[in-house]
Amino acid sequence: MTAKTLYDKIWDSHLVSSDEDGTSLLYIDRHLVHEVTSPQAFEGLRNSGRKVRAPEKTIAVPDHNVPTTLDRVDGVVKNEESRIQLDALDKNARDFGIHYYPVDDVRQGVVHIIGPEQGWTLPGMTIVCGDSHTATHGAFGSLAHGIGTSEVEHVLATQTLIQTKSKNMKVEITGKLSSGVTAKDITMAVIGETGTAGGTGYVIEYCGEAIRDLSMEGRMTVCNMAIEGGARAGIIAPDQTTFDYVKGRPHAPKGAEWDMAMEQWKSLFTDEDAEFDLVLTLKGEDIAPLVTWGTSPEDVLPITGVVPHPDDFEGGKVAAVKRSLEYMGLTPGQKLNEIAVDTVFIGSCTNGRIEDFREVARILDGKKIKEGLRAIAVPGSGLVRLQAEEEGIAQILIDAGFEWRLAGCSMCLAMNPDKLEAGERCAATTNRNFEGRQGRGGRTHLVSPVMAAAAALTGHLTDVREL
Amino acid sequence: MEKFTSITGVAAPMPLVNVDTDMIIPKLFLKTIKRSGLGKNLFDEMRYTENGDEIADFVLNQPAYRKSQILVAGDNFGCGSSREHAPWALLDFGIRVVISTSFADIFFNNCFKNGILPIVLPQEDVDKLMDDANRGANAVLSVDLENQTITGPDGGEIKFDVDAFKKHCLLNGLDDIGLTMQKADAIDAFEAKHAVSAPWV
Repeated sequence: MTAKTLYDKIWDSHLVSSDEDGTSLLYIDRHLVHEVTSPQAFEGLRNSGRKVRAPEKTIAVPDHNVPTTLDRVDGVVKNEESRIQLDALDKNARDFGIHYYPVDDVRQGVVHIIGPEQGWTLPGMTIVCGDSHTATHGAFGSLAHGIGTSEVEHVLATQTLIQTKSKNMKVEITGKLSSGVTAKDITMAVIGETGTAGGTGYVIEYCGEAIRDLSMEGRMTVCNMAIEGGARAGIIAPDQTTFDYVKGRPHAPKGAEWDMAMEQWKSLFTDEDAEFDLVLTLKGEDIAPLVTWGTSPEDVLPITGVVPHPDDFEGGKVAAVKRSLEYMGLTPGQKLNEIAVDTVFIGSCTNGRIEDFREVARILDGKKIKEGLRAIAVPGSGLVRLQAEEEGIAQILIDAGFEWRLAGCSMCLAMNPDKLEAGERCAATTNRNFEGRQGRGGRTHLVSPVMAAAAALTGHLTDVREL
Repeated sequence: MEKFTSITGVAAPMPLVNVDTDMIIPKLFLKTIKRSGLGKNLFDEMRYTENGDEIADFVLNQPAYRKSQILVAGDNFGCGSSREHAPWALLDFGIRVVISTSFADIFFNNCFKNGILPIVLPQEDVDKLMDDANRGANAVLSVDLENQTITGPDGGEIKFDVDAFKKHCLLNGLDDIGLTMQKADAIDAFEAKHAVSAPWV
């Protein structure tokens, strides 16, 4: 038998049909739905008189638009367009009989946080969502990726997706991470190496000791940003860490089914002789705490570095860097650790899980944030919020001067009222530093949660190892 | 979906690399529950000031390019968010072809679902077409999907590759949900087998 990669195995076990030219029909095990990319898909179903084929495998939650301020419990959504979109999801979820976590349900949260939390995300599955950060779920050894709204409609109607197979790429992180270096730094380091288009056409399997050593939260952070490197999906072979996380979750298998699932899940690894089309190896010890300086996630440098010069680059990137530096208000040669920030945002599907807030609390414990700085912490789900409150983490953040919000995507993409004003500069634990991403004219520096906490204390980008 | 066979139109140059879908259509326009009407906000933050005035030197605001049907773009066009609002906005503006050295995966697929043809070409071909596109009102290109050719203003012809199935769907304006539903028996059979082998799914 031919040796297979993990991606090959999941692909083969979900293949409904395949044409000679490679166009394939792939069965989808879980379809996650949110309010922004689904209304047109449900409208399409209604217009053609189609049903949702597998409502029991379809899970909806509002996250992008929802306010995260405490007055939300009174049903306050001031923006009328947002309210219409939230109402549309509510109606669609109920009309089509799919699983649904409304705004006032404690289990509501960012779609990529609640999928794993509720046990919908399981090893070996195919998982899609009309959201590019669906790659997050690959941390469980599932094939998970974002799709467009037309494809959302296709999956709703047929529970399948038309696909052509991607190539296999291996990213190995050997050895141990140094103190102050986190999963976020791993994933940013990889994008720094490959560039934002380096993964295009590939599914990336992350492996190596530094990946094995990560918690599930850390692995989700790594896979989450696979899309920022252009890859269709990121994937990590499941192991005991995965199984321990999954066991006992509301929608995880139980009893005899659990035993049967475990038998299958233990075969979810890349065969020894399997070939990858591309391999990248980084040493865990070589990775430093990273920050972005530009307006593309590939614009990463160690915090000890300086803002680069456009002439350091080649081709189309020269003009792009010139534009980025102007947008970011930075000068070549400027020390990264002297860049002052006025806002710190901690949250998102990249870094809005309980472990992220534990790490943040460890840095903030007993300290106060820089005077005048705006610091916002947005838990990824209602359950993360509750747990952080029970563990005393929330109080540490509040005492330090953070706003402690309700769950949602919030300032990661600024579709709700949480946004940057033009010229404001933010250290953010999110995934995109694009122009205007956190608000028109807003300037974003992507960092890990501990680096964000450090910046909150000092008021400038800071090497967390020096605190 | 509208068919795509061939078009002849003005090509606008957009050499910037890594143009992301947030640039193509910023988030505040994602609150719509419709697919139509997004063309006026295509490239909104590059095209208008905060007061809504046109920024004169933005390519699509220049007289020669206001009715462009083709974009010649820098590498990795359409990266970032999966929002199909990006191709909806391009289409609503009138863009039917985007040419680049590479596209982000999800954006690339989304184009085909909306009657837009994304064409991947080697750097030297894109450079040549970028030069053509810089000729203003004379920047007229003809794109023929059937024959997979681009003809420039000087008559030079460039061949391009396209996935056979996607080409078929574009040429005929096919709804691929309908095509997949013709395979309902195969889906039923797979689902029945899957329910036995992985009952927890």
